[in-house]
Amino acid sequence: MKTLHILRWLLQRDIQLVFRRRSDLVSTLFFFVIAVSLFPLGVGAEPALLRAIGPGVLWVAALLSAMLSLSRLFAADHADGTLEQLLLSPVPLTLVVGVKVLAHWLVSGLPLALLAPLLGLQFDLAARDLGVLTLSLLLGTPLLSLIGAIGAALTLGVRGAGVLLAVLVLPLYIPVLIFGAGAVAASATGMDPAAGLSLLGALLALGVVFAPLAAAAALRLSIE
Amino acid sequence: MLQVEALACQRGGRWLFDHFTLTLIPGELIHLQGVNGSGKTSLLRILAGLSSPESGIVRWNGVDIQECRDEYVSHLLYLGHQPAVKDDLTVRENLQVSCRLAGLEPSAESLRSALEETGLLSRSNLPARVLSQGQRRRLALSRLWLENRRLWILDEPFTALDVHATQLLERRLEAHLAAGGMVILTTHQQPDIAEDYLRILGVGT
Amino acid sequence: MGVMGINWFKYSSPQAFYPLAGKLAPYFLGAAALLAMVGLYVSFFVAPTDFQQGEAYRIIFVHVPAAWMSMFIYLVMAGWAAVGLALNARLSFMMAQALAPTGAMFTFLALVTGALWGKPMWGAWWVWDARLTSELILLFLYIGYMALQAAIEDVRRADRASALFALVGAVNVPIIYFSVKWWNTLHQGASVSLTKAPAMAAVMLWGMLVMALSFWAYTIAVALLRVRCVIAEREREAAWMSED
Repeated sequence: MKTLHILRWLLQRDIQLVFRRRSDLVSTLFFFVIAVSLFPLGVGAEPALLRAIGPGVLWVAALLSAMLSLSRLFAADHADGTLEQLLLSPVPLTLVVGVKVLAHWLVSGLPLALLAPLLGLQFDLAARDLGVLTLSLLLGTPLLSLIGAIGAALTLGVRGAGVLLAVLVLPLYIPVLIFGAGAVAASATGMDPAAGLSLLGALLALGVVFAPLAAAAALRLSIE
Repeated sequence: MLQVEALACQRGGRWLFDHFTLTLIPGELIHLQGVNGSGKTSLLRILAGLSSPESGIVRWNGVDIQECRDEYVSHLLYLGHQPAVKDDLTVRENLQVSCRLAGLEPSAESLRSALEETGLLSRSNLPARVLSQGQRRRLALSRLWLENRRLWILDEPFTALDVHATQLLERRLEAHLAAGGMVILTTHQQPDIAEDYLRILGVGT
Repeated sequence: MGVMGINWFKYSSPQAFYPLAGKLAPYFLGAAALLAMVGLYVSFFVAPTDFQQGEAYRIIFVHVPAAWMSMFIYLVMAGWAAVGLALNARLSFMMAQALAPTGAMFTFLALVTGALWGKPMWGAWWVWDARLTSELILLFLYIGYMALQAAIEDVRRADRASALFALVGAVNVPIIYFSVKWWNTLHQGASVSLTKAPAMAAVMLWGMLVMALSFWAYTIAVALLRVRCVIAEREREAAWMSED
């Protein structure tokens, strides 16, 4: 019971902290919007072309935006000593990590997933494809946060952590990108998106179980 | 009772200490002394179970702290170098959150009285970013008035405190020791604590 | 001294392993050179010319063994990392660290030879074939491992953090490979595949195997030499290092 209370308080605090500093949240979303808008300017605004690249562009941009906010996952708590207190709390560190990832997703991945269909309109995607896009992002962005947590924990307090984090995490993101963008692309070409979506779901199930364990182990190393 | 046996610690390829041994009994305060970089903070972190030593064992009531972690952390209050204060939360919220994360739900009244003790009551609704260094330290120390833990591990608790706050902390430490508590701390000052409680120990080679 | 009588655990300390590695490395280097000569002879003079691809196909005698090695070495590296984390053995971390550059080198070699082979075959230096793409991602993983190892100053933390990353990568490699294959079937555009190699004559297989053995010997030799450097660098303060 006590464990659940502490985890709820932690979630509440993490979200409260983000809302006290809304600019971080907003700039992540702006980055997403701007990055997506750059593509038509770069490749031309022909509707058929945009329809073809839309799913991939939206997914890549969402992935990069989610990655940008990763370094904040543990850095502030590390710098001000809160992380040490979290390690000494009665709750297992794996659950602490899980809750922090959940908080991170609620304020970064979830808004991205909800914003994406709006941007999908810029790429002339059909209503059904927009639905698949949202669903794939709802399944995929938690995975981005989970995998990213491992990278964020490994690079905590390291020189040049931001770039290093990208180098570590981006290759691991590839399956998520392939299945997510693949599902949307399948839908856009009239095929069944179920395969990609169910593979994403399977990966998410794996990620929820294993990523917090790995991230907690990494966090212990970084705290030593 | 806290027992440390043959602790050895290496950082950056250099031995900070080797065969370090101590025993801390109820009603005793150990003041760790040593020059900068002698490994005082590393030692405290090992004692708190935050990092593991190269070799040696830390025992709480005879049991290795790695094996009785849950029991051990429920008796432990560790205040590190960094005060664990969030700029964006108010003074009161900060204190409340740090108690909660330690598994304690303090009443509004107890929060109030703790802040009153440390002289922060008038600032309790201000964001912590407006506090001075000394006030931040006081805020972190406020937990000492709230949480009922037997073992206190304090890393430089006197840093940035003024004369009044220093005395306040000293009296709090004495009250804790008189009640059978245990303290292990580092400081470069000479805390004015009754001789009966105080033991001084050097760290480093 | 019989082989069975050697106390192998003795060599798990860097101090004991250092001279052993120095003694063994030349033998493996010699074996690598010898096997490479045999392998290259087989691949250039014994193996028949392919009636479809002409002489250009001979690059697979380097490409295929290099691709095998790139994956094997990653697995071996992750294995050392796991041993290091499980047993807290410093030498295991050093072995993992010593293997990474060689693994990355073979991955790069597989990519370059793949591109060289692709040009005459398909008229393009790069095709988004599932295997080439997976090799590319594997290269990214090697680079990530080495970058993490290099970025962390505290040796103990660097060892453990990079070992953990190697393990996370190893778990992900099958998933990545599967996803890339899935992606390849989804986008039928680039349907050329390196898997459609010509029916392999026995002599070709032998050539590749000999080359692979040569690469193995080379890998072991270089890893031993590199681990000596790592030991020398880390233990420069230790007394035994300055004795001789």
